[in-house]
Amino acid sequence: MFDLYTKRRLTNTIGLGISVAAMAFGLFWLCWILWTLLDHGLPAMTPVVFAKMTPPPGSAGGLVNAIYGSIAMTIGGTLIGTPIGIMAGTYLAEFGHRGWLAPLTRFINDILLSAPSIVIGLFIYEVYVVHIKHFSGWAGTLALAIIVIPIVIRTTENMLRLVPSTLREAAAALGAPQWKIINFVTLRAARAGIITGVMLAIARISGETAPLLFTALNNQFWNENMSQPMANLPVVIFQFAMSPYEDWQKLAWAGALLITVSVLALNILARMLFRQSSSTH
Amino acid sequence: MFLHEARLKRQILLDALFRNMTRVAALGVLLLLGSILFSLVMGSMPAIHAFGFGFLKSPDWDPVNDKFGALIPIIGTLVTSGIALLIAIPVSFGIALFLTELSPRALRRPLGIAIELLAGIPSIIYGMWGLFVFAPLFGDRIEPWINDHLGTLPYVGPFFSGPPMGIGMLTASIILAIMVIPFISSVMRDVFEVVPPMLKESAYGLGSTTWEVVMKVVLPYTKVGVAGGIMLGLGRALGETMAVTFVIGNAHELSKSLLNPGNSISSALANEFTEAVGELYTSSLIELGLILFFITFVVLSIARFMLYRLGRREGKAS
Amino acid sequence: MNVTPNRIVVKDLNFYYGKFHALKGINMDIADKKVTAFIGPSGCGKSTLLRTFNRMYQLYPQQTATGAIMLDGDNILDRNQDLNKLRAKVGMVFQKPTPFPMSIYDNIAFGVKLYQNLSKNDMDERVEWALKKAALWVEVKDKLKQSGMGLSGGQQQRLCIARAIAVKPQVLLLDEPTSALDPISTAHIEKLIDELKEDFTIVIVTHNMQQAARVSDYTAYMYLGDLVEFDETSSVFTNPKRKETEDYITGRFG
Repeated sequence: MFDLYTKRRLTNTIGLGISVAAMAFGLFWLCWILWTLLDHGLPAMTPVVFAKMTPPPGSAGGLVNAIYGSIAMTIGGTLIGTPIGIMAGTYLAEFGHRGWLAPLTRFINDILLSAPSIVIGLFIYEVYVVHIKHFSGWAGTLALAIIVIPIVIRTTENMLRLVPSTLREAAAALGAPQWKIINFVTLRAARAGIITGVMLAIARISGETAPLLFTALNNQFWNENMSQPMANLPVVIFQFAMSPYEDWQKLAWAGALLITVSVLALNILARMLFRQSSSTH
Repeated sequence: MFLHEARLKRQILLDALFRNMTRVAALGVLLLLGSILFSLVMGSMPAIHAFGFGFLKSPDWDPVNDKFGALIPIIGTLVTSGIALLIAIPVSFGIALFLTELSPRALRRPLGIAIELLAGIPSIIYGMWGLFVFAPLFGDRIEPWINDHLGTLPYVGPFFSGPPMGIGMLTASIILAIMVIPFISSVMRDVFEVVPPMLKESAYGLGSTTWEVVMKVVLPYTKVGVAGGIMLGLGRALGETMAVTFVIGNAHELSKSLLNPGNSISSALANEFTEAVGELYTSSLIELGLILFFITFVVLSIARFMLYRLGRREGKAS
Repeated sequence: MNVTPNRIVVKDLNFYYGKFHALKGINMDIADKKVTAFIGPSGCGKSTLLRTFNRMYQLYPQQTATGAIMLDGDNILDRNQDLNKLRAKVGMVFQKPTPFPMSIYDNIAFGVKLYQNLSKNDMDERVEWALKKAALWVEVKDKLKQSGMGLSGGQQQRLCIARAIAVKPQVLLLDEPTSALDPISTAHIEKLIDELKEDFTIVIVTHNMQQAARVSDYTAYMYLGDLVEFDETSSVFTNPKRKETEDYITGRFG
């Protein structure tokens, strides 16, 4: 029979073994998905992808209009969302010491952070697309901006809270007004962290599909006019992957590889940047 | 004195201006939530008038005769998210345990990042991979086995017997589980790390094994945060769209079997919204969105309250 | 006891952290162009007292002061007192070095630019003047454009002193300025304090009694929010009038 000690040791070994297995389980999916992407995506990744427009059903073509649309809307969404997010995050960290506004905003923001993105698409459809009566690049941009805002608010607040209060005191002791203290000292001290947050937000929206379905929709042709429906990688991937045409499916894989590589590269870059800057301070 | 009085006055003005600008931005967040809710309610009005509360209980989805009900997508959303959690919770716990207690120091960071990258992969990629790679394999190899073994069991049998098509509720649940594992495990890892080292050392000092320290000290200390992390993962799973849309089958049918195709709120929206014709059809879809937003709002609120509670206790202890 | 004119006059000062009574009816005169040291055990209120002189406590809610602190005939605690203006007149250096995340040059120019429009040349001169006063010029004159975060701890603290004196304040508050520094850097700073009192009225909080004895002209011993004894440094250390002071400086307590 097992004595108590052996039983405890055995439980420990089994428990820890399961933990190692769980870790392996997680890594297994990551490797499998990445391998699939490379396997299907690399052969499809030809120069044509970057040179031609999305083709009509059953013929070959590229993704260049979708790549352009994705970049344009991602940049637009980031440019709109970031300043709003930084300002609101600054309010939460620097001014929200009393009153109801800051705690409530913080709570709502944390909810928006994980709110279903398809609902954001519905919202923009209801308040914008319905009124201008057609899908447009601007609508997609707005939907992406709404996803950016909560991410930037959260990181801005967190990073500002990491700035030691002595730094604020030192600037105040020189007689600096608060807006200068925040803009020239605290926000600068938190700069690397905030940039990391913005990069993670960009990574997040460049793969978002659901909010673009009802806003930017898609466009088979080259379009630089943000007021028109706009092609974008995620929606093209969705439509092409679900189609029965082999040429389209191949292009979907190329697009999938492209998106994943950029998103993961942004993720890793953001982390490296943050680590580098936090080790020199 | 060298002080410029006019300049001082201006600074006071600029201070107030800056403070109010940031305040308006913060108010904007509240306004955003308010307008999302308002617009969804307005958009749902025709459906609410036509079907009332019956909308929630009706399994109808008949665009030809303009009869709509939310029961099937609601059940699909809840069931797939529930099964996803059943798989994801133990795995996430194992990963968090590995990362905080077992991993060699040098591997801790790269492995942590690898798991977070799993969260970074866009959901549409999960969908594609699920449709083209996972579902065929699952249908060919695993589902026949499930049919033969689990499908013959008493009570639970009906849930596990059905056509082995690869596509269906169970496939969607498994892919959802893979997607929420990184979210849950990173929250668990973060809350495990707030346990004071002294507390763990005291338990080790009594001769406890690692497993005992985790089960009897770390987990009780962090249970609120762990539960918060799980709710956060649930919130993610409920609202996930693209990964589910690819593999759930999009069938408005109520079926006991998890192997059968079904539908979820988000995939019904993704598939049908742009093609919906007629006010009532569109409005019913928007009401589905409203229901989804409401459910996730409640789940995420609970998650946040739990995480705040852990945060407050930590604040008190230090 | 005072033969020199007073720069700061404290009358019936009480201070509260929420409900906690941290300073109890303090009355004292701070002499012009002298060094005054506050000593006492942790929590005695010496830093709190220092932070009322530039109303630094105002950054935090629930901290209140009553009474009067007169500087140039103005009551610092007056509600209408312009805080930014006050702080331009009363400089402060903190326990830990607090270089701003910008270049050495900009660190010093930051405070000056707040209140003065100087030409590029005048600003260069001012930066050089301040760095020379803080005995840092020789070490950094070739790397003014580099980040202030790259300096050593002692250099950072002298940079902060330079930054504080660059705006030419009347009073300089030093809150345990050497507590985070090594002995050599500490000696640098103490020498500096001695030179700076020609131009500035200096108030220093220190937990190091030898330091108080070395650098100050007047010493205040505080305990549990009371000002126990306040006199010329030589008499506080050689001939204390109160038993508590004697116990503290001879190391029998605290």
